[in-house]
Amino acid sequence: MSEQRDLVLDVQHLTKHFPMGGMRDARKVHAVEDVTFSIPRTEIVTLVGESGSGKSTTARLISRLIEPTSGEVIYNGTDVLKSQPRGASLDYRGDVQMVFQDPFGSLNPAHTIGYHIERPLLIHKKVSGRKELRERVLDLLNTVGLGPAEETAEKFPYELSGGQRQRVGFARALSVEPKVILADEPVSMLDVSIRVGVLNLMKRLADDSGLSFLYITHDIASARYISDHTNVMYAGRMVEGAPSDELVHEPAHPYTRLLLSAVPNPHAGLRTQETVARGEIPSLIDPPPGCPFAARCPHVMPVCREVMPNAVTIAPNHWVRCHLYGDGGVSPLPTAANSVG
Amino acid sequence: MSSSLNTTLSNAQTEAAATSPEGPKNQPVRKAKRASGVVGLLLQNRKASIGAFIVVFYVLVAAIGPYLVPYDPTEIVARRHMPPSWEHWFGTDGYGKDVLSQTVVGARSSLATGFIVGAIVTVIGILIGMTAGYMRGRVDDFLSTVINIVLIIPGLPLLIVLAAFLPAGFWSIIFVLSVTGWAWGARVLRSQTMSLREKDFVASAVTVGEGKLRIMLREILPNMMSIVVAGFFGAVNYAIGAQAGLEFLGLGNPSNISWGNNLYWAQNNSAMLVGAWWTLIPSGLSIALVAFGFSMINYAIDEVTNPRLRSQRQTAQILKGQPAKVRKSRATPVLMEGTEG
Repeated sequence: MSEQRDLVLDVQHLTKHFPMGGMRDARKVHAVEDVTFSIPRTEIVTLVGESGSGKSTTARLISRLIEPTSGEVIYNGTDVLKSQPRGASLDYRGDVQMVFQDPFGSLNPAHTIGYHIERPLLIHKKVSGRKELRERVLDLLNTVGLGPAEETAEKFPYELSGGQRQRVGFARALSVEPKVILADEPVSMLDVSIRVGVLNLMKRLADDSGLSFLYITHDIASARYISDHTNVMYAGRMVEGAPSDELVHEPAHPYTRLLLSAVPNPHAGLRTQETVARGEIPSLIDPPPGCPFAARCPHVMPVCREVMPNAVTIAPNHWVRCHLYGDGGVSPLPTAANSVG
Repeated sequence: MSSSLNTTLSNAQTEAAATSPEGPKNQPVRKAKRASGVVGLLLQNRKASIGAFIVVFYVLVAAIGPYLVPYDPTEIVARRHMPPSWEHWFGTDGYGKDVLSQTVVGARSSLATGFIVGAIVTVIGILIGMTAGYMRGRVDDFLSTVINIVLIIPGLPLLIVLAAFLPAGFWSIIFVLSVTGWAWGARVLRSQTMSLREKDFVASAVTVGEGKLRIMLREILPNMMSIVVAGFFGAVNYAIGAQAGLEFLGLGNPSNISWGNNLYWAQNNSAMLVGAWWTLIPSGLSIALVAFGFSMINYAIDEVTNPRLRSQRQTAQILKGQPAKVRKSRATPVLMEGTEG
């Protein structure tokens, strides 16, 4: 996170606290806390973490479906949170698109597939005239592999499978010719056999169309397969970030190791996998100071329960927030015995 | 019993996947087919057929009946309180006017009031309910308070007070009924809007750049049409009943010919004391039948849009040994406890 590259999207110290809802309940859910990362042009950047780690909230903050408590979302050099009023401008909506996790919920059952793709084209004035509109719709459906497009456009969402619906989601996101697509667990609700198809679609779009992706997942293996850089989130905080291959081969943070140990390794035979830590993600309601992973960490030290560690760069483009590294840290852990691949 | 039951049940389920029974052919008619699908389901439903028959019959009576009636309903054409005869099918009332003519002509005023009030109440309910449910926050707090106040005001006394102060007439009654009748629908639509606006298809419409009004009317409203339609029929029912009630109490315009006024005059002329039941039954029964018809349609809508109810009815039929009646079903019948036996 040090090197200066051509960044499309730069997220700085993004924080979201949700109120608990009760009138006298002043407690807050710290869903996203001090999240900082960036997406270089034409690259796929992954946010990985288990349920409740704030990944989806981060995507919704960037797409401005919800307003953050504090932080900056810098797009093309300007902070869109400050320069634009509540709710995003049409320009920003046109440049930053989102694909949703649930393909069964993200399409309106009352409208045809064609309607879903026509609307953004009309709103963003990407076409002139009915004929061009029709052509663009069919074109987009073919791009995402939903041929024969003529037929698909007339169908209603309930007539499509989950994978096909997710492709419609991508076609809709692509229709406005965005620069960035925020893909919120686009494959987690799909059948395993069709996941690779959707992942390859993303890869192809990044390579051919010059798109950048924020790929959100809980599956660290797919993150390695598809993305250039992977950031690990835990309980609303970023704990480690590295090039995807390096993260898998040389994980630094104990939580990253835990995630990796959860990936089935076909080469391990029947040998039982090492379990690094047990337990659940902690409560996010007014969390205590210190590292959120302290309760589960096998290498926990007294300082972990008091101070949140700062980001320490341990290799080019590889940083980690853990007291095991950096100034006061003890010697780094031995290389992970349990990395996949 | 249980094994034969299972086979019948699974037969009923085979239709489950067949909501799109047609292949990818016949594209142009697809939309029409979907629309006729709902109507078709309703026509298959016995309750809906009965209800629709009654309502259509009365609408025809109201539309063309007044041109066919044998006598002017305001004219004195015979002796007072004549029992039904070939000359006066429904007899004559306390002034010697023809009851059949009064009943037929009265249908127009009663049904017109019902449909006009139903439409007004539905539109107000959509506007206020959807605004409250979609905007949430302060707007919702305010509108909800208004809705709740209107809901807890005792309806009939307010109707009577308002009707007593306004000049007696057709439009006064419509105004009074609209003012007092919109809150129930608004409340139902508010809660439905609140649940639908959390769906991903609404979020994706936001990220695509759709405006608020368009999201409410084109994304959310079509998904609760069954509730809107059911609410409309309920409101028509309420209006016909309440209009008759007000007029019976003498709060309408007594020179207007409607079912409520017919009953009012029958009461005034001591129809029951002199045994002239024929002056009461036609109008009273008409009100009851129309209400019954609309209620039947509403039950059917409920059944068609709520698969659970439909499957319960089918299960009951199967258990009664009438499996032949099980036709198109998309739902898995749920066996309730105690139904077996």
